[in-house]
Amino acid sequence: MKNQNERLLQINEDYAEKYGFHYPEEAVHRTKKDSGLTEAVVREISKIKNEPQWMLDKRLQALKWFEKKAMPTWGADLSHINFQNITYYLKPTEGQGRTWEEVPENIKKTFDRLGIPEAEKRFLGGVGAQYESESVYHKLQESLEKQGVVFLSMDDAVKQYPEIVKKYFGTIVPASDNKFAALNTACWSGGSFIYVPKGVKVTKPLQAYFRINAKNMGQFERTLIITDEGAEVFYEEGCTAPIYSTDSLHAAVVELVALKNSKLRYTTIQNWSSNVYNLVTKRAHAYENAVVEWIDLNLGSKITMKYPSVFLLEPHAKADILSIAFAGKGQHQDAGGKALHLAPHTTSRIISKSICKDGGRTSYRGLVEIVKGATDTASSVKCDALILDEKSRSDTYPTMKINEEDSTISHEAYVGKIGEEQLFYLRSRGFSESEATAMIVLGFIADVTKELPAEYSLELNNLIRLEMEGGVG
Amino acid sequence: MLEIKNLHASVEGKEILKGVTLTVKDGEVHALLGPNGSGKSTLSYIIAGHPKYTVTKGEIRLNGKDVLKMKPEERALEGAFLAFQYPMEIQGVNVFNFLFQMAKTRQKKLSPVQFRKQVEATCVELGFDKQFLDRELNVGFSGGEKKRAEVLQLMLANPSLAILDETDSGLDADALKTVAKALQTLRKPGFSALVITHYARLLNYLEPDVVHVMKDGKVVMSGGASIAHEIEKHGYKAIEAQEAKK
Repeated sequence: MKNQNERLLQINEDYAEKYGFHYPEEAVHRTKKDSGLTEAVVREISKIKNEPQWMLDKRLQALKWFEKKAMPTWGADLSHINFQNITYYLKPTEGQGRTWEEVPENIKKTFDRLGIPEAEKRFLGGVGAQYESESVYHKLQESLEKQGVVFLSMDDAVKQYPEIVKKYFGTIVPASDNKFAALNTACWSGGSFIYVPKGVKVTKPLQAYFRINAKNMGQFERTLIITDEGAEVFYEEGCTAPIYSTDSLHAAVVELVALKNSKLRYTTIQNWSSNVYNLVTKRAHAYENAVVEWIDLNLGSKITMKYPSVFLLEPHAKADILSIAFAGKGQHQDAGGKALHLAPHTTSRIISKSICKDGGRTSYRGLVEIVKGATDTASSVKCDALILDEKSRSDTYPTMKINEEDSTISHEAYVGKIGEEQLFYLRSRGFSESEATAMIVLGFIADVTKELPAEYSLELNNLIRLEMEGGVG
Repeated sequence: MLEIKNLHASVEGKEILKGVTLTVKDGEVHALLGPNGSGKSTLSYIIAGHPKYTVTKGEIRLNGKDVLKMKPEERALEGAFLAFQYPMEIQGVNVFNFLFQMAKTRQKKLSPVQFRKQVEATCVELGFDKQFLDRELNVGFSGGEKKRAEVLQLMLANPSLAILDETDSGLDADALKTVAKALQTLRKPGFSALVITHYARLLNYLEPDVVHVMKDGKVVMSGGASIAHEIEKHGYKAIEAQEAKK
C-alpha cells in the first residue's frame, strides 16, 4: 500500500474513475451547436431565463466586446479553441432543488459520487451545485438565512436582488476587460451570489460545486460576493468534468466586494479534466481595513489562465493570494496573482508554488502595482517552482510597477529541480524514491498548505493528504 | 557486520576506489583515516548506495547479504546508516515529522507520543536543543547543528552499521565530547561502526578497535589505535615513511 505522501504524487492518476465519469446528457433546453456565439444565441439564453431588459442589454454589449477583443497571445497557447464547436447553454433540468431528493436521479448520482451531500452534512453552511449551465441545487442553512445572509444562484439574484446586482455586476470585472470576460458576460449562466449583511460572520464555509457532464460544453458561471461592513465569509468552489477526447471551455467571471472591515476568503480547488480550457477572470475590490484572501489550487484542466487580483482601494486593506499549481502530462498552468495598491497603508502578500512533471508546464505570472501616493504600503511576493523531470518546464513572469517610494517590497523567486543528492539523502534514511520525491514536494508547498484550515474541503482532503489523516492507507 | 572485498569503483569514468578490502566485525568500531581525496567519503557513499558511483569490481556484504544488489533504501532498512558529511537541507519538512516517518519505515506501529518522548530524551543526551524538532530539516542549521541532527537520526535509526563521515568536523571540543559519549552508548553486540575522520580528534573519545589508513583509493595500513595517535602527532607523512621502510 502506498503511504500518504506517495499518493500525492499520483495526484489525479485515478481521475478517470473518481471524476472522469459521465452520465447520458440530459437537456430540457440547449442552444444550437456549430453556430458559434451569435446574437441569436445570446438573446435565446436571456429569453429562456426570462431576464429583465437591463441584463439583456449588458449581454449584447458584452457580445460586441467579445467580437472586438483579440485572443490573448501573451500567455498559454489558446489557438486550438474552436468557438464554433461549443454548446453555449445547456439546461439539464427544470427548476432547482432545495433538497437533494428534488434533483433528477443521474445528476444527484453525480454529486453523490463527488461526495457533495456528505460534505454538506458534515461541515458546510450552504451548498450550490451547478450542472452544465444551470444551478440544480441550492441550500443555505436556516440559521444563516435568518441572519440575512443571501446565498443564491446568480440567476435567482437577478430576479430577487436586482438593485444589488445592478450596482456591482460588471463593475469589478467589466466586459471590456478581456475577451473571456466579454464572453462570460454575454452568455453567463449560473454561478453564486452571496451577500453577507453588516457584522454577520459566517463561520461555516459556503461551497459551490461546478460540474460539466456534456461534451464540447461551455460553462460560463458568474459569481458575485459582497461582504458588508464587518462581515465575514469563507467561500469554496470545486469543479470536475468527464474525460473526453474533445475540448470543453470554462470561462468564469468572479467579482468580490469586501466593504469596510470585512473579511472574504475565496478558495478554489480547480480539478477539471485534461480536456478543459479554464480561462477565468477573478478580481476583488477591498475597501478600508478589509481583508481579501484568494486561495487557489490548480490541479486539473488542459490550460488554465487565471490571476486572482485584489484592488486595494482604501487605507489598511489587505490582500493575501496563495496558490499551488500542478501541471502533469499535456497541462499548462499559467497562473499567479495581482495586487494593486491604490491607497496608503495597504499590504499584500502573494505566495505561489508550482510543480510540473511528465512534460507539464507551469508559468507564474504576477503583478504588484503601487501608485503614487499609496504611502506606507508593503508587498511581498514569493513564487517558487519545482520541476520534477527533464521533460517539464516552468517560467516566471513577475511584474512590479512601483511608483511610490514609501513602500516596502520584497520579491523572492526560486526555480529548482529535485536533486539527486536530496533524493539520495532521503533514500539513505529508508524512504523509497517515490516517498522521498513526495516528501520533497510536500515540503516545497508547505508554506501554503500550513495556512489552510485543517478540515478544508472535500478535494483538499482527498487530493492532498494532510497530516491529520496520517496513517490512512 | 561489514565485509568489503577488493572494491573498485568509479565516477564519470574515473576510478576512485582501487581495491579496498576491509572487514568490520560485529560489535567493533573502526576508524578510517586518510588525507583529502583518498576515497574515504566515496567509500561511505558506495556502501550506502549512491547512484552516482559505479562499482566495477569486488563486493560489499552487510550482515552476510550482498549489498550491491540493493537500493539505498533497502540497505538502510537492512541496518546501514550514513551520517553525512554535508547533510541536505529539505525545505518545509518538519524535523520531528521526518524522524517519525523515518522510524515508521522500520517499525510500522509507533505511537507519536511515545516516540516524541524517545526523541526528546535522545536530544538531551546529545545536547541538542529540542526546539530544533520544530524546524525544517537542516534548513538554516549551522555546521555543528547539522552534525548533531545527523547523530540524532543515527541514534533513532538504531542501525547495525553506522558510517560516520567526518561527523567531528564542525563540532567544537565540548560538542564533540557529548556526541562521542552518546555514540559510546550504542556500542554493543549487533552494532558496528565505521568512523571516517580527517583528524584523529574524535578518536580520543571514541576508542576504535581498529584504525585503517586510506590513500589513493586503497587501504594502505590497518592496526591499533596507536596509528591514529601517530598521525595526530606527525601527520600522514610519518605513516608514509613507515610504510616505505617496510
